[in-house]
Amino acid sequence: MTLLEIKNLSVTYATEQGPVPAVRGVDLAVDAGQTLGVAGESGCGKSTLVAAALRLLPRSAAVTGEVLLDGRNVLAMNWGELRAVRWAQASIVFQGAMSSLNPVQKVSKQIAEPILLHEKVSERAARTRVGELLEQVGIAPSRMDQFPHQFSGGQKQRIMIAMALACRPKLILADEPTTALDVMVQAQVLTLLADLVRDMRLGMILITHDLSVLAQTCDRAAIMYAGKVVENGPTSEVFGAPSHPYAQALAGAFPRIGDQSSRYAPRGLGGDPPHPADLPSGCAFHPRCPVARDECRTVDVKLRPAGVDHSAACVLVRDELPSGEGVPA
Amino acid sequence: MTATTVDSPSPEARTASGGGRDNRIRRKLRVPMLIGRRLVGALISLLTVLVFNFFLFNVLSSDPIKALVRNRHLDAAAQAHLRHEFGYDQSLWRQFVAYMQQLLLHHNLGISTTYTQPVWSVISTRIWPTVLLVGVSTLLSSLIGTWIGIKGAWERNGRFDKISNGVSVTLYSMPEFWLGIVLLLFLAGNQVGLGVFPLGGMNDVDVDVSSPSGWVNVAWHLTLPCLTLTLAYLAQYSLVMRSSMLDEMGQDYVRTARAKGLRDLAVRRSHVVPNALLPAVTQIFLYFGFVISGALTVEYVFSWPGLGLLTEDAISGADFPLLRGLFLLFTASVIVCNLLADVMLGVLDPRVREL
Amino acid sequence: MTMGQAPPAVTTSHAAAPGGSVVWRRRRASIKRTWLELWAQPQGKAGVIVLGLAILVAIFAPVILGQGVLSIVHAPGRQFEPPSLTYPLGTDEYGRSVLDLLAWGSRTSLLVGFCAAIIAMVIGTVVGVVSGHYGGWVDTIAMRFDDWMLVIPFLPLVIVLNVLLGRGVDKTILVLGITSWPGTARILRAQVLSVKARPYMERARALGASNRHQMVKHTLPNIMPLVLANTTITIAGAILSESTLSFLGLGDPSLTAASWGTMLDGAFSEGAVSRGAWGYLLAPGIAIVLVVLAFTWCGNALEKVLNPRLQQE
Repeated sequence: MTLLEIKNLSVTYATEQGPVPAVRGVDLAVDAGQTLGVAGESGCGKSTLVAAALRLLPRSAAVTGEVLLDGRNVLAMNWGELRAVRWAQASIVFQGAMSSLNPVQKVSKQIAEPILLHEKVSERAARTRVGELLEQVGIAPSRMDQFPHQFSGGQKQRIMIAMALACRPKLILADEPTTALDVMVQAQVLTLLADLVRDMRLGMILITHDLSVLAQTCDRAAIMYAGKVVENGPTSEVFGAPSHPYAQALAGAFPRIGDQSSRYAPRGLGGDPPHPADLPSGCAFHPRCPVARDECRTVDVKLRPAGVDHSAACVLVRDELPSGEGVPA
Repeated sequence: MTATTVDSPSPEARTASGGGRDNRIRRKLRVPMLIGRRLVGALISLLTVLVFNFFLFNVLSSDPIKALVRNRHLDAAAQAHLRHEFGYDQSLWRQFVAYMQQLLLHHNLGISTTYTQPVWSVISTRIWPTVLLVGVSTLLSSLIGTWIGIKGAWERNGRFDKISNGVSVTLYSMPEFWLGIVLLLFLAGNQVGLGVFPLGGMNDVDVDVSSPSGWVNVAWHLTLPCLTLTLAYLAQYSLVMRSSMLDEMGQDYVRTARAKGLRDLAVRRSHVVPNALLPAVTQIFLYFGFVISGALTVEYVFSWPGLGLLTEDAISGADFPLLRGLFLLFTASVIVCNLLADVMLGVLDPRVREL
Repeated sequence: MTMGQAPPAVTTSHAAAPGGSVVWRRRRASIKRTWLELWAQPQGKAGVIVLGLAILVAIFAPVILGQGVLSIVHAPGRQFEPPSLTYPLGTDEYGRSVLDLLAWGSRTSLLVGFCAAIIAMVIGTVVGVVSGHYGGWVDTIAMRFDDWMLVIPFLPLVIVLNVLLGRGVDKTILVLGITSWPGTARILRAQVLSVKARPYMERARALGASNRHQMVKHTLPNIMPLVLANTTITIAGAILSESTLSFLGLGDPSLTAASWGTMLDGAFSEGAVSRGAWGYLLAPGIAIVLVVLAFTWCGNALEKVLNPRLQQE
């Protein structure tokens, strides 16, 4: 059952230097009980994508396309419907929980806030639920009346996760939930998230720039570059047999255990990702692409099938689909 | 279904959760310790000011009697007599010792030369009108100013913001006494103005101040001076609150609050304002020194019988003991307010409590 | 970077004469650029125009009006006349034209403001730079003293000092100067600390530059823009303070022309309010407000120009 379907989403910021496209026509889908990882370098638009899904961008950002949550287009909702959807249907775990929690409010109050807002329960009932949520993420419920600064970074992240679960949403958007955490805590948080998705049949989009995290926890992977999805498919295929040159370079950046020669193979990609305000013509990747052809400079490629439920946006992938379709089933 | 184990085994939790009696005791003592430290600092400041006060009035003007007799005619013998009476003929060190003794042990601020009464009693009869004026105007200007700052910041660069900024900057550039004169001219005067308010003083002569109708009379007299001070300092509070709001509005937790589905105004009320108020509240106390300065001139303009008018009298009468006592009082109250500001921050901000 | 886009003034200061002029050429270009950016801002433009006018009036008042208009004995009008065609701002308590007095008064008001601010800025800059540069106990003592000075309420201190030292414009300037520096010192010290941490300062130290050389040739030029922006705001404050002091009767009676504050003192104590002499009462105040606003605008515009981050607000 498809929980979230993003169709042709584009986000353009209005700046003094002119319009800057941060996201350019992205198609994605997430099912219940499934984790979709979105990876890419900084500035590729992945955080913008997630914020746009719940309309949390500033007014200067123009958002077009469709975000279908359970069939209803979030972008077309009025404010009342949107506010009802926020948190109760889809919640976000933000990057950097250090500052995403209100420093002068008790943790219990912050977690209870969306519960009291979206459900008609008494304060005591809400408080009980807060205790359950904290226990679920592995934080002692007795600490619920403490303030955020009294918790460590990893604990704060877990509090954010508890808060995200407060209204029993169907979808969680996790924006770099493990950045700035040390490896041990990172493992704990990822295991927690995976268990929650499995046990509660949630859908989750996990944004990260750390490919090892993606490979470890996500069923499907979408690689973004310069505001577009360049490859989308099951994680094992995207990393095991990538079709897009960019994904190939990313996957190739990891040495293979047991394969000595891979340690000496040329790795990495020269150059920097393009600035959104200054995108190359045609395929945005062509300046850095090791196999770029002449047509890459003029044709901006849509996603083409490169396997079962697997698509890549590169001219090198054969079999172009009939126009209009680019989204994996 | 629980996922991972509860985190009491992990080292980070043990210190952070503050288990154990020692930590609890230490935490309970933190706020009093905080206050204690600040108190000591304030006392040292006060002591330094006492010495400075002496320096000003006994050292800088080595012969206050000369200043006193500037406008009067007193022969040398009478001058010498005065000098002896006020102790100015003794060595500086003896004067200092006597001054500190009198001040700290006997709470004696000296005798006023114009009123020939102890300085303290002169001050204490005139202090309440000033407290009334300063108190009411500070209350009004901080409340209204804070509200303006909140609204202006929330609709940043909107019409309200632009207008209130412009008005604030203009009021800021105005001498307070002139604002008072303008109000007098147009609201109290009969020639060009409406003549609605009295021209000065605290109450009409024939009114019983302790009766309810007396209070109304006082309030009517209070209106213009209070309005002057309120307008003059509105800008300060609104500017601080506005900039504090802007700082907080850019924080990540605001985005979290929005993502939770809260209405805009609820986000502002429950999340942004409480955080933004912290520096604004301390600012109210820290600004007190300027409020006193303003009250001085405004009382003069409106003949409000408080300490400001008293200071003016002391100046024209070259009444040094009185001036010295008043200066001490003003400075001491600023020190106390700064102390209160520190304490308030410690009490209101949960993060500071842990320091 | 504080000086627009100009590179730090370290690389060529040791070179021979042609190299030295490169520094000055860069500085001149930078100043010109700063001026143009200042002019481009509406606040900056308004401020500069008003100030220019005020300064012109102050300079040319004696030439255009002559001292005759100040004479009490030969005053042309009647007391406290309201504004009319002959006397656009009315007359004072002696019958003199308020407009003429206003023009003359600009000299005193502006002069006191400038001089007091210069004194405050010099002291504040020295304290700020020395304290920030040396650090350690010099810094601690200086900042404690600074804190302590900020605790004492400004007006009572200024009044008391004025009473004790006697009246006189020189004493007023001195008193205002020595009470206005603490705020400046703090701001400059913060900037000095940030400049001190920059790589070229380390280079200068490694090259063996003496403390004096570091402070004068490197730190000072880099904080000069901030000093400038701060000076305009200090002048505004000094003008306000001078007007308050004069209004309270502490002005200088011996001056040729009364400052705007003294004019207001004259007006108020002679009962202009009950006589409805609104020209006499409003004009000096409006003049003060305009000049103070102009300085504030210039100061804000300068800060925006020199601190590009603020421009994006």
